[in-house]
Amino acid sequence: EACRIKSPLDHSHMDSSEVTATSRHYVDRLFDPDPQKVLQGVIDMKNAVIGNNKQKANLIVLGAVPRLLYLLQQPTSSLELRTECAVVLGSLAMGTENNIKSLVDCHIIPALLQGLLCQDLKFIEACLRCLRTVFISPVTPVQLLFTDPTVIPHLMSLLSRSQRTQEYITQIFSHCCKTPEHQMILYNHGAIQNIAPLLMSPSYKVQMQALKCFSVLAYENTQVSMTLVNVLVDGELLTQVFVKMMQRDRPIEMQLTAAKCLTYMCRAGAIRTDDTCIIMKTLPCLVRMCSKERLLEERVEGAETLAYLMEPDVELQRIASITDHLVAMLADYFKYPSSVSAIADIKRVRMAIVSPCIKLLLVSSVYLPVFLIQLDHDLKHAHELRQAAFKLYASLGANDEDIRKKITETENMMDRIVSGLSESSIKVRLAAVRCLHSLSRSVQQLRTSFHDHAVWKPLMKLLQNAPDEVLVMASSTLCNLLLEFSPSKEPILESGVVELLCSLTQSDSPALRVNGIWALMNMAFQADQKVKVEIVRALGTEQLFRLLSDPDANVLMKTLGLLRNLLSTRPHIDQIMSSHGKQIMQAVTLILEGEHGIEVKEQTLCILGNIADGHTAKELIMTNDDMLQKIKSYMGHSNVKLQLAATFCVSNLIWNEEDGSQERQDKLREMGFVDILHKLTQASDPNLCDRAKTAMQQYLA
Amino acid sequence: MAELGAGSLQVGDPALNYQERELNERLKRLYPAVNEEETPLPRSWSPKDKYSYIGLSQNNLRVHYKGHGKNHKDAASVRATHPIPAACGIYYFEVKIVSKGRDGYMGIGLSAQGVNMNRLPGWDKHSYGYHGDDGHSFCSSGTGQPYGPTFTTGDVIGCCVNLINNTCFYTKNGHSLGVAFTDLPPNLYPTVGLQTPGEIVDANFGQQPFVFDIEDYMSEWRAKIHGMIARFPIGERLGEWQAVLQSMVSSYLVHHGYCATAMAFARATETKIQEDQSSIKNRQRIQKLVLAGRVGEAIDATQQLYPGLLEHNPNLLFMLKCRQFVEMVNGTDSEVRCFSTRSPKSQDSYPGSPSLSPRHGATNPHLHSTATDSPTCSNGVTSKNKSHSKYPGISSSSSSSPSSPSSIVYSESNSTDSTKSQPHSSASNQETSDSEMEIEAEHYTNGVADSSSARIMNGTYKHEEILQTDNHSLGNGLPADESDQPRQLCGGNQAATERMIQFGRELQALSEQLCREYGKNPTHKKMLQDAFSLLAYADPWNCPVGQQLDPMQRESVCSALNSAILGKGCECSGSLSHFFLSLSHARTHTNTQMELLQFIHQLTGLNNLPDFNYPFQSLIF
Repeated sequence: EACRIKSPLDHSHMDSSEVTATSRHYVDRLFDPDPQKVLQGVIDMKNAVIGNNKQKANLIVLGAVPRLLYLLQQPTSSLELRTECAVVLGSLAMGTENNIKSLVDCHIIPALLQGLLCQDLKFIEACLRCLRTVFISPVTPVQLLFTDPTVIPHLMSLLSRSQRTQEYITQIFSHCCKTPEHQMILYNHGAIQNIAPLLMSPSYKVQMQALKCFSVLAYENTQVSMTLVNVLVDGELLTQVFVKMMQRDRPIEMQLTAAKCLTYMCRAGAIRTDDTCIIMKTLPCLVRMCSKERLLEERVEGAETLAYLMEPDVELQRIASITDHLVAMLADYFKYPSSVSAIADIKRVRMAIVSPCIKLLLVSSVYLPVFLIQLDHDLKHAHELRQAAFKLYASLGANDEDIRKKITETENMMDRIVSGLSESSIKVRLAAVRCLHSLSRSVQQLRTSFHDHAVWKPLMKLLQNAPDEVLVMASSTLCNLLLEFSPSKEPILESGVVELLCSLTQSDSPALRVNGIWALMNMAFQADQKVKVEIVRALGTEQLFRLLSDPDANVLMKTLGLLRNLLSTRPHIDQIMSSHGKQIMQAVTLILEGEHGIEVKEQTLCILGNIADGHTAKELIMTNDDMLQKIKSYMGHSNVKLQLAATFCVSNLIWNEEDGSQERQDKLREMGFVDILHKLTQASDPNLCDRAKTAMQQYLA
Repeated sequence: MAELGAGSLQVGDPALNYQERELNERLKRLYPAVNEEETPLPRSWSPKDKYSYIGLSQNNLRVHYKGHGKNHKDAASVRATHPIPAACGIYYFEVKIVSKGRDGYMGIGLSAQGVNMNRLPGWDKHSYGYHGDDGHSFCSSGTGQPYGPTFTTGDVIGCCVNLINNTCFYTKNGHSLGVAFTDLPPNLYPTVGLQTPGEIVDANFGQQPFVFDIEDYMSEWRAKIHGMIARFPIGERLGEWQAVLQSMVSSYLVHHGYCATAMAFARATETKIQEDQSSIKNRQRIQKLVLAGRVGEAIDATQQLYPGLLEHNPNLLFMLKCRQFVEMVNGTDSEVRCFSTRSPKSQDSYPGSPSLSPRHGATNPHLHSTATDSPTCSNGVTSKNKSHSKYPGISSSSSSSPSSPSSIVYSESNSTDSTKSQPHSSASNQETSDSEMEIEAEHYTNGVADSSSARIMNGTYKHEEILQTDNHSLGNGLPADESDQPRQLCGGNQAATERMIQFGRELQALSEQLCREYGKNPTHKKMLQDAFSLLAYADPWNCPVGQQLDPMQRESVCSALNSAILGKGCECSGSLSHFFLSLSHARTHTNTQMELLQFIHQLTGLNNLPDFNYPFQSLIF
């Protein structure tokens, strides 16, 4: 053995070789023929690796893991030896992420899962502890838990064995349940019934891990959530148990996780948003989590969860907006350095301040690194804090105009959004643009703060080469900025945005296509001839008609809207119809004949009505008997909206004081339109009745 | 006065008895540390302590407006029967808006005894309010700050006073609106104010369950304090609880100069006292001099016994000199006193010495009852005659004669009376600790009177004047020893006055010198200004800055000097130590300290202060 240690190779690296030499000695002892010596070797190894990452890495490199796994799996090994092996492996897993990778590569997971079939509790606990450590690492593929279908039911059965098995198993579950499929596997194996009693465990750790399990199980899962609301624990409804866990004297972690459970159950539709446990308990609890007194991590999680909770409900938004000065409280989330240069500045300044103090006070310089570690910790969370705040602002301002006003009036709010739009972190950019989008639903803000801060500039910049999720939000916001009354519309038009929007309409993502065409539609509303021509040119009629057959109804609607906006005011109608009349009439025919909803047909009839308002464009309808028949039939449709639109079209066609109105009137009379109009003057709908009467008057004049 | 009748208890009504019982149970549960024998909790609005435009009904829980409501001059408020006891730790009440009336100009909040009731809460000094029409909070100011949402008919507004950190927050329909006020003074009364016809509000002092979950909030603070105590750093001395507690007691006794007690304690516990006995006695002597108002002598003694101390503490020296000037005005400093006719020997018998400095050291139960009574009846002068009644709602405080035609007169006379009487009580200098406690309460109303002369009167000057005349006639009815011999500047002696002017010049010069040496000091400037301002009034004891003449003001100077001699800074770190420090350093509100301590004891499961034979280890958890 001695020879092996003093191999010539080791001599060249004297320093590390000594460490390696002792490590090798530990590994060698695992191969001793005497089982008693092997056991002692494992125990010594256990004591040597605790808290020693270097030693752990060495042992892994020297191949200790396969040997330990062999000993662990060997039926001839004593239980004590097997247990000690599991303990050492657990220790090795506590090291770096590289250690975990090596362990996983050595197939430690199936070996340990196999070990769980043993009856000995101590051995099971050691295996579970190691499995827990491996599974909670981000480098371990969670799928490994679900590969063998017998594993989950066996883990469920082990839940009754001891507090330790409960803690480890629930922790594994809460870390590995990442997809709806995982949720269903756990759910189908009785996770709820098995874990619910653990909420009452005397062990805080078990309680917490059980609680975390419920939060991951309920997330966006209606079936689980619906089941949870009916679960009784010790004769008490689960929701009430969660409410108790949110009591203000409970640990923050517990309050926050219980609030998450109730939030997810609420969002999954299992609890109404006006339920007392949401309004009076969950919401205020989450607001408290955003307070300055909480840790940065808690503030991030609290804000994100709260944003998620109230996203769809204006009443919750209103309550949150008045609770504990939340809007102002969130402003504190930005009081962390935002850029690398600022970080460097702060470090320098603080060093400058701190060092003389240390000298003066003769305080050990031990405090300085501690201080800087704290600073780094804060900086790491700065991005997280900002994106969480933006998300929460976005949620708060989603529906209520007063809240939006309150948000924009928060100190430097618009500046913060503007700088957030160009931050390096994609998460922050996305959240900032979400916030901006939420605020852009306000007419008032579009007219004032949005214009004052020229938010369109960074927004336009953001639209270049952004990932899809950012693009969706940014283009939605752009749609609002292009509304007719928005003062930003002019500068955006001048910046040459049309090409960009047209390219969006060719995207694979329906959301981006909708936003692109929507923005163009808004842009064309009451626009100059020049702008309209530019839109038609850039989009190309081919693309325009492709969009008219888009599978997404929203895209179709907005495209029709664009057409309608393009075809407004007489000179524009005639101009566009003279160049694209044929295709447009074809498209209109197709849609009117196709299987579409009422809104689509109505919009199409409105386009037809606009065409009928043109000087020369009229003739495209008048000469198309087939089209006239269609209009006639829509006048007798069961839906009033369609009747109205069709009557509007006829009314335009027969309008007096225009060249050739007499002939058109005569033609339509011959086709039986007058009879229908006459009938419609008796219609019960007052609008329809009025419009029919107006049309009839054209004949009487 | 129909509302007075409605306020009386109808003993025969079983429903009422049930409500009463429920109220008692709830109050006991919410405020277990409060001893209602000493500090009764607010249970209804006071039919005595209100403006005439306020009507009360439904057992004095419902408030309605019955004035013209033309403008802000028609605002009217009512206070609860009792101030919030500090032993509550956290106090909470709710008000339901039954009707917003014409304009909904309603204010809900807190105010000290004596604050003008012809106003909405928040507009004046020592008054705090949240207003329904604009949702603003008013912190002793006519202009509000944006605070929360507006409130109107059907809303329930809650007001929570946190006596641990002296803050206040409101709730609307059970939702916390966040902190509204910080640095609140003690002994505030729940208060509501109305301003337009038709406004009606109902109070809930615990008669009904609260809409807001106040018990949850309380539990958070209980946990917080438990945590602070559990985590309180004790450094190296881990496990040496007995030694820690002994040194705590010993250093307390030594700090305050209880020489004999400290010695006895040291003997009994077989510990040593760092400072020698003569030094303790010296400090005690100097403290006595300061507390007797003989600051000049105290300065001399300090310079003699601790040479260099004041030279190294120019700020302290300046503070002492300013105090000396004030005492000259008062006629108590030896530099002016030697001109007076009194025998110098009488100087040594400062009556305060038996209850030297930290008043909370004396645990005389009688002291408590007086302390709490005086704010109730508001007038320290007549409080001795006050009968103790279990039902403060019906008992009429002796300061207000039952035949008096209007309640306006009471409230106004209260504040002016107490201001007037204050210099008398300090002049006579013959009081026991009882009267000292009264001064304390009066000092309070005095501060309010300040603001009324400076601010309130702006708008309603004439009105006030008429009332003042009334007060004088009422004042004539006071006992003779309180109203004879008006106090005079420097004891009325010409030579003394000249000496004082001379001293003032020296003080001015000192200030300029310090300014040259150490740069400008706004605190110094303010001190000097305040002190000199005394001379601007014909009757310094009854002027806006007259509070300085209050002997109580000596305590802060005394404590600063004592700490300097002991070489202790007043720095503190950690919120708990700060909290306890604020308890032991609070000079003005002794009863508040005791009550807060009661709260802490309740919280920590210690209902009685431990005696020395108590096994100390079991106290820490």
